[in-house]
Amino acid sequence: MFRKQECVAMLLAGGQGSRLYALTRQIAKPAVPYGGKYRIIDFPLSNCINSGIETVGVLTQYRPLVLNEYIGSGEPWDLDRMDAGVHVLPPYQAIAGAGWYKGTANAIYQNIEFIERYDPEYVLVLSGDHIYKMDYSKMIAQHKEKNADCTIAVLEVEMEEAKRFGIMNANEDGSIYEFEEKPANPKSNLASMGIYVFSWQKLRKYLIEDEANPDSSNDFGKNIIPNMLNNGEKLYTYRFDGYWKDVGTIDSLWEANMDLLDPNVPLNMRDTKWRIYSRTAGLPPHYIGKNAKVQNSMISEGSEIEGNMEFSIAFPGVVVEEGAEIVDAILMPGAHVGKNAKVQYAILAEDVVVEEGAVVGEKPEEMENLDEWGVAVVASGIRIGAGVKVPAKAMIEEDQKGGEQA
Amino acid sequence: MIKKTGVCGLIFPSVHDDVLHEMTTVRELGSIPFGGRYRLINFPLSNLVHAGITNISVVTTKKYLSLAQHIGSGKAWDLARKKQGLTLLPALGAKQEEYEGRIIPLHDVLQWLELCEEDYVVMSDCYVVGNINYKALVKSHIASGAEITVAYKTGACPELPDVVVLDTDDNDVVTNLRIGCRPAGEVAYGIGLYVIAREKLIALVEDAYSCGYTSFERDILRARVACGGVRGYEVPEFTMVINSLQSYFDANMAIMDKDIRKKLFPADYPVYTRVHDCAPVVYGLNSEMTGSLAADGAYIDGEVTDSLLFRNVKIETGATVRNCIIMEGSVVHKGAVLENVVLDKNVVVSEGRVLRGAPTYPLYVSKGKQI
Repeated sequence: MFRKQECVAMLLAGGQGSRLYALTRQIAKPAVPYGGKYRIIDFPLSNCINSGIETVGVLTQYRPLVLNEYIGSGEPWDLDRMDAGVHVLPPYQAIAGAGWYKGTANAIYQNIEFIERYDPEYVLVLSGDHIYKMDYSKMIAQHKEKNADCTIAVLEVEMEEAKRFGIMNANEDGSIYEFEEKPANPKSNLASMGIYVFSWQKLRKYLIEDEANPDSSNDFGKNIIPNMLNNGEKLYTYRFDGYWKDVGTIDSLWEANMDLLDPNVPLNMRDTKWRIYSRTAGLPPHYIGKNAKVQNSMISEGSEIEGNMEFSIAFPGVVVEEGAEIVDAILMPGAHVGKNAKVQYAILAEDVVVEEGAVVGEKPEEMENLDEWGVAVVASGIRIGAGVKVPAKAMIEEDQKGGEQA
Repeated sequence: MIKKTGVCGLIFPSVHDDVLHEMTTVRELGSIPFGGRYRLINFPLSNLVHAGITNISVVTTKKYLSLAQHIGSGKAWDLARKKQGLTLLPALGAKQEEYEGRIIPLHDVLQWLELCEEDYVVMSDCYVVGNINYKALVKSHIASGAEITVAYKTGACPELPDVVVLDTDDNDVVTNLRIGCRPAGEVAYGIGLYVIAREKLIALVEDAYSCGYTSFERDILRARVACGGVRGYEVPEFTMVINSLQSYFDANMAIMDKDIRKKLFPADYPVYTRVHDCAPVVYGLNSEMTGSLAADGAYIDGEVTDSLLFRNVKIETGATVRNCIIMEGSVVHKGAVLENVVLDKNVVVSEGRVLRGAPTYPLYVSKGKQI
């Protein structure tokens, strides 16, 4: 017997995150490191436990090894529970055959059985590619108050930005009358955050109907939400006004990291009332050397910084040797930067080695043609040889031997 | 099949509480914060776990709230087990007063020892910091056939009440054992770490207790030396003895040295501690930090030199911190100057205050004080 849960969260974590290129070569997007010691998935998982939601299904598909390992028993998020907790739900084989998750809605459809065990009133659908702190319990409270069938969290964006998002057109009372995916001429600036609360019985019905339609792409945004709107179901917006960032591209991931160094950005990682939990390596404190200079940066445990760091983020176990310069860069766990090397406007993935005197990335002010500028990325485990120069916007997925141009 | 090592562990966090009386009024010695995110007990606990010893009791006497909170279920040491695991044993049976020696607390926890199935017991105090291979220690004990093995280091005799000084023969058999005298020059001194057969320990404790004895070293160990059953084991690993505020200060400062840091916290034998889920350290635009260590959760916008900052420390703009140890949750406000100071947990130093100790006599501010 499973105890009844008022709300079950389903976290869509199967996406490849192809626009993160080299960073998601071996890991799923939700497992990408973020913010000096976290992985993206720490945010929705911590939001769940902080909101009092203790049953979470994590739907995995693409490259799940690191993600599975990382979630483990759920202990870091206090989600190792007797009859609730976090459960990893990969696609499976059944008598009728085996199927990958065809779309976001299909992923939930295939796990109806999991949800039904807890006999929930509501299902919270989340995605694993956003950075934000949000109290889902308030959203669920509004859902109940409005007696809604579906509540969609929305964020006001700049009108000119609106065409990049799924836009909710709503009446004054918050009821949604239209949903437009990336509209050319947006009527409103309320962008969907990819966070949905459904009344379970209603969602269940739509999932089953959607599955029966062979032409459907089994997607929440493309199918389920429009179908519900067409049938006159009660859909409401839930306004959120805190920090929220999609980290689906190299640029947005880099920016979202840099946001942590800006005291004016309303994402407080030091707030002890809404902690973001993570699985940690348990390393000793980090060391800043006698000749090091560190300003406006974020550094985590076990790192050894002997060089200079400015506007940069060092994850656990990073080494920056003497004379090295790190500017506007993100050094993921275990990255090693050798003597007098430069890493600027770049992301070094896990365990990258930059040898002596190499230069990764370029400063925008030093570019002849600013259109060619972008953040340089080095994939995990790659070695950049001594003296090698990696240009702006480069995506390095193979070792670069010393003395060669990348 | 569960593989048993046949060894259980007993940790005494209160032995030598008095040498750091400044810090032990609110906690036991084993619970004293160390190295930015650890506590002294983390060393023997992690050493036991690395040796595969998973049946462990911590024998507490008084003021054990701090330690009990730190240890919790033992999860942080992988000791929240169905079988065995970590037990906090308050030895409060006979006397409520400060214990002298450990025979009375041992007698109080005899029941636990009797229930154990292991053949051997490793007993450790918490006043020595070191990443010690207990497997090698136990192996040497079993191979030698000794009744009791006393772990020791060679060097200048540390200033400790009732310090144990050994004379050993070529086979490391202890021929003489002196207590509380401090001979000059290099000596072999005990580090509060013993191996003994469980049944033997029970018998010896029962016997000593009946005689009204209190000190394990004086009343049991010394008597067994006369019988030729005590052997020494020289610990090859790097260790530091914490026997005063000054040595506590020096030991923490020693971690600034990369080699010492590697010896205490080797990558393959991490020292486990309770996780607090603090954000990484944030360095502000005005921060100037050199030659220092900082644990997660700190915010630094002042000048920090040759110092150790624990978790959640805040050094505000224009504050100066030189050669200091700042424990968890303490705040140094704008323009304050601290030199050779140890701030215990949650101390607040107000704007512009100046606190100075000497490098040979650090100034200590106790837990929760406002200056």
